[in-house]
Amino acid sequence: MAVKGHLLDVDDLRREDLERILETARSFSEVLRRPIKKVPSLRGKTVVNLFYEPSTRTRLSFEVAAKRLSADVLNFTASASSVEKGESLKDTALTLRAMGVDAVIIRHPVAGAPCLLRRWLDVTVINAGDGMHAHPTQALLDLFTMRERLGDMEGATIAYVGDILHSRVARSGMKACRAAGMRVVAVAPPTLMPPAVPDYVEVSHSFDAVIPRCDVIYMLRIQKERQQEARFPSLEEYARLYQLDKERLRKAKPGVVVMHPGPMNRGVEISSEVADAPHAAITAQVSAGVAVRMAVLFLLLGGGEGGGVLA
Amino acid sequence: MASLPDLLIRGARVVDPFRGTDEGMDLLVSRGRVAELGKGIPAEGREVIDAEGMIVAPGFLDIHVHLREPGREDEETLESGLAAALRGGFTAVCCMPNTDPPLDNAALVEEMALKAAKLGLADLFIVGCVTRGRQGRELAEMGLMHLSRARVRAFSDDGDGIEDAGLMRRALEYVSGFGGVIVSHPEDRGLSRGGQVNEGEVSFALGLRGIPALAEEVMVARDLLLAGETGARLHLAHLSTARSLHMVREAKSRGLRVTAEATPHHLVLSERDIRDYDTVYKVNPPLRTPEDVRELRQALTDGTVDAIATDHAPHAPEEKEREFEYAPFGVVGMESAFPVLYTELVERGELPLMRLLDLLTRGPAEVMGLQAPEYGGGIEVGCRADLVLLETGREWVMDAGAFASKGRNCPFHGRKVKGRVAFTLKNGRVAFAAAGRGGEGVG
Ligand SMILES: [Zn+2]
Repeated sequence: MAVKGHLLDVDDLRREDLERILETARSFSEVLRRPIKKVPSLRGKTVVNLFYEPSTRTRLSFEVAAKRLSADVLNFTASASSVEKGESLKDTALTLRAMGVDAVIIRHPVAGAPCLLRRWLDVTVINAGDGMHAHPTQALLDLFTMRERLGDMEGATIAYVGDILHSRVARSGMKACRAAGMRVVAVAPPTLMPPAVPDYVEVSHSFDAVIPRCDVIYMLRIQKERQQEARFPSLEEYARLYQLDKERLRKAKPGVVVMHPGPMNRGVEISSEVADAPHAAITAQVSAGVAVRMAVLFLLLGGGEGGGVLA
Repeated sequence: MASLPDLLIRGARVVDPFRGTDEGMDLLVSRGRVAELGKGIPAEGREVIDAEGMIVAPGFLDIHVHLREPGREDEETLESGLAAALRGGFTAVCCMPNTDPPLDNAALVEEMALKAAKLGLADLFIVGCVTRGRQGRELAEMGLMHLSRARVRAFSDDGDGIEDAGLMRRALEYVSGFGGVIVSHPEDRGLSRGGQVNEGEVSFALGLRGIPALAEEVMVARDLLLAGETGARLHLAHLSTARSLHMVREAKSRGLRVTAEATPHHLVLSERDIRDYDTVYKVNPPLRTPEDVRELRQALTDGTVDAIATDHAPHAPEEKEREFEYAPFGVVGMESAFPVLYTELVERGELPLMRLLDLLTRGPAEVMGLQAPEYGGGIEVGCRADLVLLETGREWVMDAGAFASKGRNCPFHGRKVKGRVAFTLKNGRVAFAAAGRGGEGVG
């Protein structure tokens, strides 16, 4: 990796790193199908889950991944209110450093926290989502899921639909898809589109126009507070224009893959029927999460090979 | 003053923006004043500064600093701030009233002015609040602040724009009655709210909320219209976007009595310099695009910008050393201004030395309506010896650790520069001498 021993965003990864992670994740997904799902790769290593944002799903996914690799896991969950007032991130970093942990997985409500942590802490830092900035393991598990479904992704088209502006999932995901050779379309009302999207991203405001050519439709979670920011007039209007429902799905290619990072707002960005339809890869994403995070931990912590296999 | 020995500054290049002169001369300082100017003034046992190769200019005036007193004396005090001024070559500064409590009444501004005068460091001119408590609702007693011994003539709610256009109009009208000036912090909160960096490619890449150029431009446009209508004196603080400058240029061409300032950080840095979420680059208005920087430099040359002001804003280290979104806006600027500006603008041939010094002396004095003996007037026999001696040509490294300011949030720390303040004279006394020049710190 460009940044040795860390995963802050997908641009830290070269194409061969990406391949390596997906390959490793595939072997771990086989391990996960065995009756005994544990390997001793990271025995004696200590991994800290440093979560400044409530996210049971991601935290559990990392915790399971680390435990399957036989690492010791410590959970540190800061309540939302203490983030601004409580112990500073720097002091927490210095504390963790003094404890001699091997890796810190950080989830934080504002952008850049993992980058700062890396500055103050000389152990592996893994970004589990920082503000609107990045969510690299989500991007990797999404790629993994797509590959399982589509096989070769070169030239396939993915549409990210919804709140692109505030989405770390889309920010990292679009980069990863591009690295995998996919065509990327961003679909949102202009008020939820970033002020400057990268050149490789096609921008559209019409979900209906984009649907027929998608191989993957990636629905993003919409938050009610965006309505208060005058990003759209009402959730009802938003849903009419951008919800993936049965009608819209009918216009898609037969083998289209429907994805969502969770948690879903059923009835808002996605209808229940679609969420539960066979097109949906949403539960597959969850299982991929464990395998991919095992791969990341294994490769970054150099399971048995003495550090930084990816570097 | 009588006890002060005479001081002969020998062989200097005397550059005086007030008179537009630039010539090699000796300068005799006696009893706090310039006593003689000319070639070959004999030493006669006087104390001598060999200023061969140095530039002598009037002491600088910084019209936009935050000295944090009262309220945040842990971040800066009048004493540390005014010492920092001298170290940066500024013999006078104008402090902004966004303190706690805010400087919004005659009693408080008078108290601060007297306190500053007793320190005997740089001169302090106070900018009073436009509105009571900086709340943006009712006018503060600007007339009484003006009549007080602080003689306040400029008013600002700096830190916040005045949202209510009707109130801004009244403020402009009211101060025009006694020759006051309103200093606008042009920022429309509706457009900037929650923003951390310039809106655009960089805000997207960093995943930070953007502050659009529009947030500044909307209020610049409004204030120019109001100033045009009222005929009042408007000064626009820390302009950062190309379009703001275009509007000011156009307004000036119509004869509007508007002035504008630019900060060293907006002149030297762009959004592309923001690295690794380092909060030392978090300023308001935000660092803009390289195109905006180019326009800002152009505006120095063509006179659209009247003054360079630092917007010196010290912050406690623990407040800056944290997540970008949680850190306060602002950089310290007085002690890095001249070295950085000289290096980036004059040394590179983008701006004549005379113009840079003009933007640090005569220009800001005109903005504030300051005249000798309060400030300015130029270097002539009988003027108060508030002078700065500048060295150029060698390479130094900016070291924020050596600043007299309590603030260490300087984006130029560690930068190689080719100019520095060697001496600052205040009332004829060496108030600052650089390392290797007979001292370090304020004498
Ligand atoms: Zn301001």
